[in-house]
Amino acid sequence: MVPLSYYLILGGILFACGVAGFLVKRNIITIFMSIELMLNGVNLTFVAFAAQWQSLSGQIFVFFVMVVAAAEAAVGLAIIIAVYRTRETLNVDHVNLLKL
Amino acid sequence: MLHLIVFLIFGAVCVAGAVNLVVQTHPINSALSLVVVMGSLAVEYLLLGAEFVAAVQVIVYAGAIMVLFVFVIMLLNAGEEEHTKGSHVAWLLGVPGLLIGGVLIAWVLISRSATRTVEIGALPGPPKIIGWLLFHDFLLPFEVTSILVLIAIMGAVVLAAKPVSAKKEI
Repeated sequence: MVPLSYYLILGGILFACGVAGFLVKRNIITIFMSIELMLNGVNLTFVAFAAQWQSLSGQIFVFFVMVVAAAEAAVGLAIIIAVYRTRETLNVDHVNLLKL
Repeated sequence: MLHLIVFLIFGAVCVAGAVNLVVQTHPINSALSLVVVMGSLAVEYLLLGAEFVAAVQVIVYAGAIMVLFVFVIMLLNAGEEEHTKGSHVAWLLGVPGLLIGGVLIAWVLISRSATRTVEIGALPGPPKIIGWLLFHDFLLPFEVTSILVLIAIMGAVVLAAKPVSAKKEI
């Protein structure tokens, strides 16, 4: 017996940690992991609301969010590899120009 | 009562992992703490009666996506994070603002919302029903996401492949 609000607060904490990591971290891979953390927090609220209203649509949405996250991770990490190949750095402060 | 204890334990592990992800300076430590977060989130999904989501969470997130992350970290030989100058105003305003906002939201959620309790297994979430829903009610989104994944695979291959000029030099 766990109140719904506890799940929402946990999801909010995870999302806030993701936002903080996104803003604070300087390594491009860690920033990417912070985005995944935010997606996880949202997923938890989806499942909690699905349980609250006895509706499976929330779980289907989580499935789609996971698929999009997988696609995003594949493309994003490929972009990181491409960036590293041209700039030899992972620090986002050194990747601030579109032109080489 | 037991559910609440399990929820609190794994919620604490979850939050600790999330905070550790932000605090650690080496990307591989952040990646491993993200695995911890995802694993404990899978337990939270089980508590909500979402077995399918919990299994997919472990297989896809903690398995596939994190392997991809660790692989890229190893491939690029990512080292310790360099610290750059941040503004002190951001810390002075951001941390209290975050705390005040968090406490306000938590207070509203706990006091105002009519929280019902969620029992374990209360939700009919076996994979059979979810599969039926995916292939009947959500067939079009399902097919669209399959195209999205196909495009993502092709995009990843194109982006990560070596440029054509570099190949000719070899």
